[in-house]
Amino acid sequence: MRHIIAILIENEAGALSRVVGLFSARAYNIESLTVAPTEDPSLSRITIVAIGTDRIIEQITKQLNKLIDVVKLLDLSEGPHIEREMVLIKVKAATMDQREDIKRLADIFRGHIIDVTTSTYTIELTGSGRKVDSFIEALAEHKILETVRSGVSGIARGDKILHI
Amino acid sequence: MELTGAEIVTRCLQKEGVEYIFGYPGGAVLHIYDALFQQDAVKHILVRHEQAATHAADGYARATGKPGVVLVTSGPGATNAVTGIATAYMDSIPMVVITGQVPSTVIGSDAFQEVDAVGITRPCVKHNFLVKDVNKIAETMKKAFYVATTGRPGPVVVDIPKDITDPAIKVPYSYPDKITMRSYQPTVKGHSGQIKRAVELLLKAKKPMIYSGGGVVLGNASEELRSFVRNLGYPITTTLMGLGSYPASDEQFMGMLGMHGTYEANMAMHACDVLIAIGARFDDRVTGKIAEFCPDAQIIHIDIDPSSISKTITVDIPIVGDVATVLQEMNHILTTGNKQTKKKDIEAWWKIINGWRAKKCMTYDRNNTEVIKPQAAIEIVHEITKGDAYVTSDVGQHQMWAAQYYGFEKPNRWINSGGLGTMGFGLPAAMGVQLAYPDETVVCITGEGSIQMCIQELSTCLQYGLPIKIIALNNRYLGMVRQWQEFFYKERYSHSYMESLPDFVKLAEAYGHVGIRIEDPADLRSGLEKAFAMKDRLVFVDIVTDQMENVYPMIANGKAHNEMHLSPHCELPQSPERELS
Ligand SMILES: Cc1cc2nc3c(=O)[nH]c(=O)nc-3n(C[C@H](O)[C@H](O)[C@H](O)COP(=O)(O)OP(=O)(O)OC[C@H]3O[C@@H](n4cnc5c(N)ncnc54)[C@H](O)[C@@H]3O)c2cc1C
Ligand SMILES: Cc1ncc(C[n+]2csc(CCOP(=O)(O)OP(=O)(O)O)c2C)c(N)n1
Ligand SMILES: [Mg+2]
Repeated sequence: MRHIIAILIENEAGALSRVVGLFSARAYNIESLTVAPTEDPSLSRITIVAIGTDRIIEQITKQLNKLIDVVKLLDLSEGPHIEREMVLIKVKAATMDQREDIKRLADIFRGHIIDVTTSTYTIELTGSGRKVDSFIEALAEHKILETVRSGVSGIARGDKILHI
Repeated sequence: MELTGAEIVTRCLQKEGVEYIFGYPGGAVLHIYDALFQQDAVKHILVRHEQAATHAADGYARATGKPGVVLVTSGPGATNAVTGIATAYMDSIPMVVITGQVPSTVIGSDAFQEVDAVGITRPCVKHNFLVKDVNKIAETMKKAFYVATTGRPGPVVVDIPKDITDPAIKVPYSYPDKITMRSYQPTVKGHSGQIKRAVELLLKAKKPMIYSGGGVVLGNASEELRSFVRNLGYPITTTLMGLGSYPASDEQFMGMLGMHGTYEANMAMHACDVLIAIGARFDDRVTGKIAEFCPDAQIIHIDIDPSSISKTITVDIPIVGDVATVLQEMNHILTTGNKQTKKKDIEAWWKIINGWRAKKCMTYDRNNTEVIKPQAAIEIVHEITKGDAYVTSDVGQHQMWAAQYYGFEKPNRWINSGGLGTMGFGLPAAMGVQLAYPDETVVCITGEGSIQMCIQELSTCLQYGLPIKIIALNNRYLGMVRQWQEFFYKERYSHSYMESLPDFVKLAEAYGHVGIRIEDPADLRSGLEKAFAMKDRLVFVDIVTDQMENVYPMIANGKAHNEMHLSPHCELPQSPERELS
């Protein structure tokens, strides 16, 4: 199963490499990883999308918790949560047909065209990982020149928070 | 008080009550060596190779329960230390390793003797630090000792760039009395509800089994374990790492379990209906085939590290906490109120077990007068030392025979590399033990292969007058490898025979020690007695043993507990076994 794990970690040099090193050393599958400081500059928040059986996910969360730099952790997939990922896509848009079709697709997916040249469109789109996947699939007929995905970030719905 | 970084390092060590620091100097740590020179509270032991520094500190830690401390230089000093750090990590041994680093101003420039010590050691430490500010040394050292010794212990590396210990820079110094880390708060007390449930399950058991491990030694819980086992009257087996935490001579002790465990311990594991694992981590050498591990048992597991629980074997009642604390609580429940075990069923269970014991799986060819049997050598060492020696070992067949035939009665006496299986561990580990306990008998059981991996330490032993007794079971083979080749590779002994061995007697003499060679079984006892009579000398006893002897019982890789190869000498030999299915 696909799990979204949110981690609060000490904002220290090398902390991120401990997390990444853990995944490679223990041969865990990682789909995406994002990291940035929080409103408290001493803490960073990492969001990891990991894939594995329940047993593997349990080990992953235990091993992450065991890292001395990890302050707190939450498996968002265990409860209702919101997941967002941003993608920037540059596609070939040279002909009128292409330009129209791409514009229409972007509208359907609530994306925005944020940069235009005579031969390309650059689209920004935000949504769940799956929505981003579908959008990229929908663009299949067109020539995608570049895809930049931010990786998933997530937050629990309702009152539940990950905070110290 | 204003001190230099180097002085702060030594002050911190003093504050932590460090008796010995094992090390080897070099450019990046010269300031620290200079500070060490100017004090005498912390005694420095100069080894001959950094690997030995880490093993010696590790041996010291295993024998005393206190953290071992190491000081090495940057680059090759740090990389040489890695094997010893990984060895300590795998067996959860508390250790603080200070590595010198190139000046912080040149880090990352491929400077002379620069390696990324923090990066290289990351996967084999509990935690590591790079100190980038002289004002942070004291706090970092405090954290290093705290992390290394609490929770599930382990090695911690503190990497200190040379400019941080610069004698020209003095800063205010104070050592924190206490440290708290918001990101590190190990659980000590077990969940009371879980503990109650576990005791209830134990009391209902008809075929219970207690399986304890290194966590009991690490958690200093041997007394609590003994009361627990006696309160219940159930059979107990221990892992290789748990030997000594329960007395080997006790009626309820079934010997070690696992790949080279006893017939009775492994059969009982296979047949039990309730299993309690105490400070043991279900290692693959212990479980054998996962799918057939304790097929009928409900499992309770006490461990301080949540990640040890349900890692390979799913358990029914997990208890996260310190063994001593949890066992005290269990003992309290067992001894108050009218707590009864299923007496009749337990009696019947012991009958079955005694049937397995009757097989006498540890029997070997005792009456051989042609060639020395390695098992006999261990038994005689046990007799001469009255079973009370500190025994270190290397890795191989000799290690297994030491584990099987020495019979440990007390914890912290059996000192070996179980998790990493590091050849070369035995002699330096013995140095650490002998320094900790100068008046005790320290024996290093080794093989002619392993001893050559840290043989240079004979020189260290002379410098510090360490009267270790080295017992080399010399079978002219990398015996454990040869045994696997005999069993699983149709006797194709690929590169497991060692030619051109040195004359160990002369070698010992060249290093200024005493060497004895024993070749005839008739001389075994007298030769060993002679060696142990030389109380103040290191004696290297080179025992020429049976080349083809194998370690029995043996469960082949990936086989179940009831599929053992047994020695041809035990009662009713039959191998492999399949009795219970
Ligand atoms: C050649 C060779 C052959 C081997 N054959 C065998 C064999 O036949 N049988 C065998 O048993 N082993 C064998 N081993 C050793 C094996 O590889 C493992 O090292 C060993 O089985 C692990 O022992 P353990 O489960 O007791 O765990 P340890 O490695 O000792 O780990 C201790 C556990 O206790 C926990 N713990 C630590 N402190 C506390 C505390 N205070 N409170 C609670 N929990 C705590 C830790 O978290 C950990 O889970 C062999 C090794 C070699 C090199
Ligand atoms: C550093 C290292 N290299 C290789 C091995 C693999 N290995 C395990 S046991 C063994 C043979 C050890 O030979 P010896 O010390 O003579 O002991 P014996 O088995 O003969 O008693 C080897 C090579 C190891 N455990 N450690
Ligand atoms: Mg050998």
